[in-house]
Amino acid sequence: MMATSKKILEQEPGEIEMLLPWHAAGTLNARDSRKVDEALARDPELARQYATIREEYAETIHLNESLGAPSARAMQKLFAAIDAEPARKPQASLNFATRFTGFFAGLSPRTLAWSASLGAVLVLLQAGVIGAVLMNNRPASFETASLSSNEPITREFGVAAPPRALVRFAPDARVADITALLDKYQASIVGGAKGGVFRLQFGNKAMTNDEAVDILSRLQREKIVSLAVAAQ
Amino acid sequence: MSATQAASDEVLIARIAQGDRLAMQVLYGRHHVRVFRFGLRLVRNEQVAEDLISEVFLDVWRQAGKFEGRSAVSTWLLAITRFKALSALRRRKDVELDDEAANAIEDSSDDPEVAVQKKDTSEALRKCLTALSAEHREIVDLVYYHEKSVEEVAEIVGIPENTVKTRLFYARRKLAELLKTAGVERGWP
Repeated sequence: MMATSKKILEQEPGEIEMLLPWHAAGTLNARDSRKVDEALARDPELARQYATIREEYAETIHLNESLGAPSARAMQKLFAAIDAEPARKPQASLNFATRFTGFFAGLSPRTLAWSASLGAVLVLLQAGVIGAVLMNNRPASFETASLSSNEPITREFGVAAPPRALVRFAPDARVADITALLDKYQASIVGGAKGGVFRLQFGNKAMTNDEAVDILSRLQREKIVSLAVAAQ
Repeated sequence: MSATQAASDEVLIARIAQGDRLAMQVLYGRHHVRVFRFGLRLVRNEQVAEDLISEVFLDVWRQAGKFEGRSAVSTWLLAITRFKALSALRRRKDVELDDEAANAIEDSSDDPEVAVQKKDTSEALRKCLTALSAEHREIVDLVYYHEKSVEEVAEIVGIPENTVKTRLFYARRKLAELLKTAGVERGWP
């Protein structure tokens, strides 16, 4: 208790103390934000300092807003310079990440909502079909686990088709991070996101088992990936 | 900035890379005021700051194809602005520039002491924010006004994340000293 305040007196900033401005600006991640909230609740000195930070925050915005805006001259100068630039050859195609973000950015909220609903209905239908197939194939007689097929209970990570995986991204992953990751792995989202899990496909060609396993293990080490498992 | 706007900024950059002039106008409309204000706080000269934004967005036009999306477009813009502002200051090679220009953009309000006499702590605070060093002004603006995270400030300024945190702490302490000199006691540090 009061450890942070002691640090203030000693003029040495503590870790939580240094994070206060970002907490005031709302730019901390959830974990750090919670740590700061807890420290503020138990340390009145820190809370007093936080109040001064909020004043600084408000006045910095006030000061910057009072600076006005540039004149139209700046824009005219810019576009005159752009017009003087050599003509640019359009590239053959945009990269996948851009097409991915562009596709979703181009949809209206209503369209997105309908798409999500439709997706959910399709998943339910699919579950129903799978359930029905399983019920129909069920043997009539009692069967123990030891009597079932001799086939190994393993899931092959794609050999004949491009490999796929079910991936859940970390809660603090940003769209830019996700698109960069998709680009890096030449991956596309082919299904999801039920329960926040996406079905990704890697490339357009079949890969060897080793290649597919390598992709999966690299994916599992990515900071913004919280879950990655092989999928069909 | 919302994730939606960040994503749509990236789409604009991709279109700019294709030579789409309209996308450039949209991106300019969206960011030019903040870029201008960030530049103005660094160079402290409106004329220079206006020239700066033309240069920054011209760089965007030229370099859009190389943008990899590792950071938000707004972070990229501020990093270019900072680089251009420092280059502009170096070009002028005028050691007096800071003070001269600061005087040039002084408003008609009172100095900190007088402001306090009027019991206007807010105004004194704004005066003292203006009186901070360029290094301290920059970090205060990036965190409070441009709402940049520790990681983003580190990327824009080109310093380690821990240095970002300590630099802002010492900027705030300097601010408290300036306020104290002006007669404002805020109970910290």
